[in-house]
Amino acid sequence: MNCITCIEYIIVGVMMISAILAVEWRDLLAATVGMAAVSLFASLLFFMLQAPDVAMTEAAIGAALSGAIFIFAIKRTQRFETEEEEKPGWWVRW
Amino acid sequence: MLKRALAIIFLLIIGYWLAQGLAGVPFGEDRMLVGQYYLDHVKGQTGAVNAVTAIVVNYRGFDTLGEVTVLFIASTGVGALLWRKKRERTAKTEGSMVLTTGTTLLFPFVVLFGAYIFIHGHLTPGGGFPGGATIATAFLLLYMAFITYEIPHKAFEKTEGIVGMAYVLVGLIGLAIGGYFLYDWIWQDWKLGADNIGRLLSGGFIPIIYTIIGIKVGTELSGIIDNMLKEEVSE
Repeated sequence: MNCITCIEYIIVGVMMISAILAVEWRDLLAATVGMAAVSLFASLLFFMLQAPDVAMTEAAIGAALSGAIFIFAIKRTQRFETEEEEKPGWWVRW
Repeated sequence: MLKRALAIIFLLIIGYWLAQGLAGVPFGEDRMLVGQYYLDHVKGQTGAVNAVTAIVVNYRGFDTLGEVTVLFIASTGVGALLWRKKRERTAKTEGSMVLTTGTTLLFPFVVLFGAYIFIHGHLTPGGGFPGGATIATAFLLLYMAFITYEIPHKAFEKTEGIVGMAYVLVGLIGLAIGGYFLYDWIWQDWKLGADNIGRLLSGGFIPIIYTIIGIKVGTELSGIIDNMLKEEVSE
């Protein structure tokens, strides 16, 4: 097995993990960071799939600008924490 | 419970249906003829080395005008939604010394890199949209480092408007000379840079339009950042 392929599989795995974490984390700031991580690894993957144009756009817009705008939007909301009730596991959350 | 069971069954049916449909599509095989056509003719027809840019600006220039319009509408929408009579920046914490020093040192280079990306759009990967977004991140850095900084609004709004009209103007000149909107008169009629393919001064009107798009995207995204950051102040 060729090693470039291993790296691609690892990147896809990290992307999936950060996407699941971005949905699952209760803290909105942490979820934004997870979302930006998805974009960052997606741009790496675009670069490895020989699409540098898309990789640059994805890194600049997906990772930097949209993350910043999400954080600004979260800053305008109020932040509070409550005692968590018994919630169902992730497999029945929907 | 019944709802969930129904949802699962519904999802399975849709998934089976999609998989059935996609199974008939050969994956990773080249079934399209148009891509090969572009690769064969891109140098002679547009003078650009980067085929992606040539397709985006030259063959599909009208779609790109629509894309720029969509971005303009989004920026206008953000401005209209967040409009208040008196808004100011309300940040309280100064940026740390590392952030402020790094920003003052890096800002010109980030802007320069963004300009490089869109000016060399017809030669190297990149173009107006990534270049403009890079310039906007430079302004984002300034906003994060200095608590009282604001972009020069008047100049930015005027530049944005003028540059947006310039795109349509380039298209209209093409209409007057060649007979259809966004006709590449610099390459087709004047043959400028025909012996210069692969260097900066070639590619017909692609560098002009990408400079226009880059400036427009940069100013618009900076405007969105500015709108998102400012808050209403009550007196």
